[in-house]
Amino acid sequence: MAAITITRDIFDVKDLNLWYGDHHALKGINFPIQKKEVTAMIGPSGCGKSTFLKTLNLMNLMVPNVKITGEVNFDGQNILSPKTDLVELRKHVGMVFQKGNPFPQSIYDNVAYGPRIHGIKKKKQLDEIVTKSLIDVALWDEVKDRLNAPALGLSGGQQQRLCIARALATKPDVLLMDEPTSALDPISTLKIEELIFELKEKYTIVIVTHNMQQAARVSDKTAFFLMGELIEFDKTEKIFSTPADSRTEDYITGRFG
Amino acid sequence: MNSRTADRIATGVFIAIAIIITAILAGLFFYIFVNGFKYISFDFLTTPSSNVRAGGGIRDQLFNSFYILFITMLITVPIGVGGGIYMAEYAKPGKVTDFIRTCIEVLSSLPSIVIGMFGLLVFVNTTGWGYTILGGALALTVFNLPTIVRTTEDAIRAVPRDLKEASLALGITHWHTIKTVILPAAFPSILTGAILAAGRVFGEAAALLFTAGLSTPRLDYANWNPFSDQSPLNIFRPAETLAVHIWSVNTQGLIPDVEAVSSGSAAVLVISVLIFNLAARWIGSMIHKRITATK
Repeated sequence: MAAITITRDIFDVKDLNLWYGDHHALKGINFPIQKKEVTAMIGPSGCGKSTFLKTLNLMNLMVPNVKITGEVNFDGQNILSPKTDLVELRKHVGMVFQKGNPFPQSIYDNVAYGPRIHGIKKKKQLDEIVTKSLIDVALWDEVKDRLNAPALGLSGGQQQRLCIARALATKPDVLLMDEPTSALDPISTLKIEELIFELKEKYTIVIVTHNMQQAARVSDKTAFFLMGELIEFDKTEKIFSTPADSRTEDYITGRFG
Repeated sequence: MNSRTADRIATGVFIAIAIIITAILAGLFFYIFVNGFKYISFDFLTTPSSNVRAGGGIRDQLFNSFYILFITMLITVPIGVGGGIYMAEYAKPGKVTDFIRTCIEVLSSLPSIVIGMFGLLVFVNTTGWGYTILGGALALTVFNLPTIVRTTEDAIRAVPRDLKEASLALGITHWHTIKTVILPAAFPSILTGAILAAGRVFGEAAALLFTAGLSTPRLDYANWNPFSDQSPLNIFRPAETLAVHIWSVNTQGLIPDVEAVSSGSAAVLVISVLIFNLAARWIGSMIHKRITATK
C-alpha cells in the first residue's frame, strides 16, 4: 500500500468575518496555516493583519463590542465555539508582542512565570525549562550569570528575546508574532530573524510584519491583506517574484502603503 | 513682554509657591515641636491620663490611636482593595458602574462629624454596643473605604495594558493575572493610598467622639485576653484616641496642666504620624524590591 502523507493544517480558517462595533475589520477570510512553517502577513496599516493574528488566540475578545463569525479550526477544533477554554488554547498558541513587555520581575521569574502557574513547582524542573528556553532564544550566554537581575534592566532586543523565551516556556505549538522587531535596532532585528529561522524546526510561526524584506527573508508563505480582505496567499518566492494580483504587486513594489 | 521674560516670571512664581508651601509646613512643625517637645518624657508616654490632677500621661490614648488604626486598616484594606479590583477589572462600563463610582465619591467627601452622628445611631445605639473600638473603627471605615477603593482602582488602571495582555496570552487566567502581575505592579500606589488613609484615621477626632467615646477603662497591659474588660486588646471597650484627647482636654479639661498635656500630645501625634509614614514606606519599598528583583 502506498504511504499517504497528509500535511495537516494546524489552523484552518473558514469564512472568517470580524466586526469592531460597526467596523467590518475582516471580510470572509479563508486561510490554512501549515505546521512547522513560517507564515508572514503583510499589508498597510489598518488592513486587518494584526486583527487576524489576534483572532488565532482570541486575544481579540478583550476588545469591547467585537463580533466574530465563521470558523477558526485549531487542530480540528473550532475555537470560536463558546465551549473553547481560552486558557488551554493560549497554552498551545503563544504570542509575542510588538514591544518587549517583560514583567517587572527577575529574568528567571519571567521565563518561569507560565510553567509555574500551570503547575510545575519543582525547582529542578523549572530550572531546566528556564535554561532550555533561554538557550532556544540565544539569550542564555548573555544572562546566565544574572538570572536574578531585573528583566527591565535588559536592552530592548534582549527584552524581546526574553519575551519569546517566556512564550516558549509554556511549550506552545504555535507562536504568533505581532511585528516583533518594529521597536528594535537593525542588529537586534537580525538576531530575532535568525531566531525565527531556527524556531521553525519546532514551532509553527505566524508573523505580522511591516517590513517586506523581513517577510521575504524569514517566511515560507506570505499573505497580503488589504482593507480587511485577504488578497493573496502563496509561497513567499511566488508573492515576491510573480504575484497573481496587481494590488499585491503595487504594494510590494512600494507604489502604495 | 517677550516669551523669555514670561518664562522667567513663571519659573519665579512657581518657586515662590513651593517656598510658601514648605515654609508653612516647616513653621507648623516648628511651632508644634517647640511647644510640645519639652513636655514629652518617658513618664508622659507611660502613665495613664488623669481627669483632675496634674502630671497625667497619654499612655492609653497613644495605644488606642494605634489600635483603632490597626483595626480600621484590618477592615478597610481587604474590602477596599477588593472593591478597587472589582471597579478596575470586573465592572462593565455603564450606568450602574458610574452610579457606584458617584456613590463612592460622595461617601469619601462626607463631613466626618456627620459620619460620627451616623456611627452613634448605627454602631452605638442600634447595635447596643455602646462606645467601642469596633464602633469607632467601623465609622472610620465609612470614609476610609472609598479612598482606598478609589486609589486601588486608579493604581490598577495605571498598570500598562501590555503586561496584562502578555500574561493572558500565556494562558494565565484573569484572576492569576491580577494576583501575580497586576497587583504587584500596582502595589506602590496602593500602599501610598493606604498610608494617606491611615494618616486621616490617626488625626480623626470628630467621627470618633460619638463612636469610640471620650473615656478609657482602667487597662492592664499584662492582660492579653481580648474578651476581658481590662484588656487593651478588647475591641468592645470605649477608647479615647490621642486626637480626641487633645480636643477634650482643651475644651472641657479640668486638669491644671492642660497646656502641657495638649501641646505634648500634639507633638506626639505628629511624630507618630511621621514615624508611621516612614515605616510604612520603608516596608513597602522592601516588599516592592523583593517582587521586582531590583536590589
